[in-house]
Amino acid sequence: MTNHWNDFKNSDVILIMGSNPASNHPVAFKWIQEAIDKRGAKLICVDPRFTQSAAKAHLYAPLRSGTDIAFLGGMIKFILDKNLIHHEYVVSYTNASFLVNPAFKMPGENKGVFSGLVSGKYEKDTWSYQTDAEGVIKKDKTLQDPNCVFQLMKKHYSRYNTKLVSRITGTPEDKLLEVYKIYGSTGKPDKAGVELYAMGWTQHTVGVQNIRTMCIIQLLLGNMGIAGGGVAAMRGESNVQGSTDHGLLFHIWPGYLGAPTASLKTLKDFNEKRTPKTKEKDSLNWWKNTPKYSASFLRSMYGTNLTIDDAYQIMPKLDDGGNYSWLTIFDQMYKGKFTGFFAWGMNPACSGAHSNKTRQAMTKLDWMVNVNLFDNETGSFWRGPGMDPTKIKTEVFMLPAASSIEKEGSIANSSRLMQWRYKAINPVGQSKPDGDIMSELYFKVRDLYAAQGGPLAEAITKLTWPYGKKVGHEFHYEPRTVAKEINGYFLEDKKLENPTKKGEFKEFKKGDLVPTFAWLQADGSTSSGCWVYCGSVSEKANLAMRRVSKDNSNIGLYSEWAWCWPINRRIIYNGASVDTQGNPWDPKRAVIKWDGEKWTGDVPDGVGNPGSGRPPFIMKPDGVASLYGPGLVDGPFSEHYEPMECPVEKNIMSPQKNNPVIKRFDASGVGSDMDVYSGVASCDPRFPFIGTTYRVSEHWQTGVLTRWCPWLAEMQPGMFVEMSQELAKERGIVNGDKCIVKSARGEVEATAIVTPRFKPFNIDGNTIHEVGIPWHYGWITTADRKYEPNDKKPEVHTFGDAANILTSTIGDANTMIPESKAFMVNVAKKGVK
Amino acid sequence: MNVSRRGFLKISGAVVATSGLGISLKPIAAHAQPLKIKYAKETTTVCPYCSVGCSIIVSVRDGKVVNTEGDPDSPINRGSLCSKGGSIYQMAVNENRLGKPLYRAPFATAWKEVEWEWALDKIAKNVKKSRDISFKKTNANGEVVNRTEGIASVGSAAMDLEECFTYQKFLRGLGLVYIEHQARI
Repeated sequence: MTNHWNDFKNSDVILIMGSNPASNHPVAFKWIQEAIDKRGAKLICVDPRFTQSAAKAHLYAPLRSGTDIAFLGGMIKFILDKNLIHHEYVVSYTNASFLVNPAFKMPGENKGVFSGLVSGKYEKDTWSYQTDAEGVIKKDKTLQDPNCVFQLMKKHYSRYNTKLVSRITGTPEDKLLEVYKIYGSTGKPDKAGVELYAMGWTQHTVGVQNIRTMCIIQLLLGNMGIAGGGVAAMRGESNVQGSTDHGLLFHIWPGYLGAPTASLKTLKDFNEKRTPKTKEKDSLNWWKNTPKYSASFLRSMYGTNLTIDDAYQIMPKLDDGGNYSWLTIFDQMYKGKFTGFFAWGMNPACSGAHSNKTRQAMTKLDWMVNVNLFDNETGSFWRGPGMDPTKIKTEVFMLPAASSIEKEGSIANSSRLMQWRYKAINPVGQSKPDGDIMSELYFKVRDLYAAQGGPLAEAITKLTWPYGKKVGHEFHYEPRTVAKEINGYFLEDKKLENPTKKGEFKEFKKGDLVPTFAWLQADGSTSSGCWVYCGSVSEKANLAMRRVSKDNSNIGLYSEWAWCWPINRRIIYNGASVDTQGNPWDPKRAVIKWDGEKWTGDVPDGVGNPGSGRPPFIMKPDGVASLYGPGLVDGPFSEHYEPMECPVEKNIMSPQKNNPVIKRFDASGVGSDMDVYSGVASCDPRFPFIGTTYRVSEHWQTGVLTRWCPWLAEMQPGMFVEMSQELAKERGIVNGDKCIVKSARGEVEATAIVTPRFKPFNIDGNTIHEVGIPWHYGWITTADRKYEPNDKKPEVHTFGDAANILTSTIGDANTMIPESKAFMVNVAKKGVK
Repeated sequence: MNVSRRGFLKISGAVVATSGLGISLKPIAAHAQPLKIKYAKETTTVCPYCSVGCSIIVSVRDGKVVNTEGDPDSPINRGSLCSKGGSIYQMAVNENRLGKPLYRAPFATAWKEVEWEWALDKIAKNVKKSRDISFKKTNANGEVVNRTEGIASVGSAAMDLEECFTYQKFLRGLGLVYIEHQARI
């Protein structure tokens, strides 16, 4: 999230699209309600289903799953046609004025794709900017040049007229216009609009472009960086923000440093290639500090056991252009490429798209380690439905982990807020904190390598691990020590000039904590595990433990409640909340304010002194936000493409039906026999309905924890399929009937819930039905499975298996997040063909 | 003895304020909560479920969780919790929690309880074996890659920040590149 939960109360218009916070982030709704009650804010909900959030909204508009870009593209056109933009903001703080290569072509004039498409990949030469002799980007601040970003954007989205959008999305035209009008009203400098999304936007083949389209809208309306504004990515797990910050993904090291690839042979190569450069004279280009963060991270891995250059050498490298993400992992596993697998605090047998493939993949492993609180479908995959244990070779270890109240440590919520949790009781039974388990395992592996050697053994033996102490056989991991390691400390005595005050010097001793990331060094004299967390632990205190619940701002920043990255800034991009002279766009909702000598309010982001000319989006090399985003793999603007599996023959917008650069696992030589999609070339009558997945308040993710909690299992006991009254009638289904929901990849049993919350869509004159299923279930807690004498038996059984049995192995072009929100299914009453 | 809640409070002497029209519920509500957590030690935690970050007070008596409730001091939730957050009591007080490491041998049809030491020794040996046979110093282009191609890891947004950092250190130290978690799905 760019802003934070309390900040919803500062909004004038709240758009819920791609999420359902009333069900899935219920307490956050408190602040939405406060905006409605105290400010008279308007709440809009756009969703295929009339959700609990929709029930609270002033305006609900239905849309077919997978058509968000068309919906929002129409909004961009509306905003531009009616000139609702925040003009000064757009000119000063975005790349609207940048001139683009005249050879650049857009989908409207290029058969539905951008210029440069060569065998399923974009060559980006024509996506470049025009530059002058010095390499500075050419601009037209009047926004009139036909090749400037603003004019190109206008031209591109001019195709998204309301009539066409309605034919694609199934949203009635009058509803579209109502949404556009209300949301477009936030372009005034003293109005704020916020958008709330979650998996409803990410789980699509155009997931990133869904979000980008909204970012374009927010920038046009001047809604980024201000109180009550922003784009709220509402995360689904208590610490998934933090686990991402800490690089538990193949493509990033902690702190969003891109993982090194093989062509970057030395740390020098890495720093040169990965440090963005700019010719824009006023731009701060914060990522110019990359070498400081990479050196400090390498120190946190190997300390002074290796030089930073050697530490870089020893670290694993990706192949250039290689993809090691989720869908690839299970594809490779299915093909027998892995012997070992850790599923640590995760239940991929239910959470991964195409569960049948995922579960089969596990049978190809030699060993698996599954760490969790309860028995689950992953650890017990070998005895799941359709499995014959006597034929499965996989050796499985299921290790019991302590729960969050049985250990201490911190987590980062959606708004980057790092809050400390304390230990209340000892771990249940012999379960252990994850930190203890991994430490003990590390020491055992290290000892084996120290004794027996092995390929590049020093990569393991030279890691530093000063995180606690051994008592007998057991290692007690100390999270407070690790928190200091993440923050960072000096490895030698150092006298440094204050990076923010020229001429002022400060002396540090070896072992001193680094005050903020501005003090980190590229020469190896500092260590910091994750630079964005530098500043979280000071010599006096771990700031995540702060509990001052009083607000010193008038906008609910609560700056002394815990700590948030970066440097406790509660609203990022807040440098854009003031004009170029430093005056807040809306004085009543000022996030930062110049008092004549310094900034007050939130920790300022990016701004120099008023009038300095520094553009505020300092994480972008050119200092401004991107209406035009050539960094993405699938186009600098968003374009509507149909989901891989879809209920229409053609893309009404263009001859290009699907996102042209997605990776298809059904292509020959790519995936496997199990990777099948339906209705790709033309509609498949076997699977005539759109299927989508969602959550209920009472369960969490695959239900791996909540299905074992009787209060929750009792409230939401099992798999259901929600459908319209019209579809139920057509299929002879009544509320409560047992049904079979089937896709090209598998089927699940579900109880029919017939409601008016789904309505058939009118898509270009055709009636299209959509059904929804929750994804929290799995066979392990059901009553009809076989229980061995020693098996744990839930107090309240649940019903049904994973929704992901139906979903497909097709991912977003940029992130490879599976398209679990739009796929094709059939629904029939059980026993009826 | 079958005693209703109101009956119990009467017996326990908790009801002091009555009016001519019946029992006033106010003092009961005010009294019931402290009764439950009397002599308990309180710690604070943050809900392990969604990403809102609601604070929760955990009350412990004799090493057992006796109550969990929303923390009114938190500016985020101001004491409120949803159905999941309100149930974290059951995560700790739950007979179905795994209490010992379980092991399933190749082709076995059932779990076997094992000791930690034995399990971790065996896992460490497996890790070494898988790493040693799949470790690639160079890729097809002859470039140095120093990676273990035969082991993958998924997880974990369910861990604390400190554990996430340590876990990535462990995995990258082993040379893994197939590192993924909940954020990808």
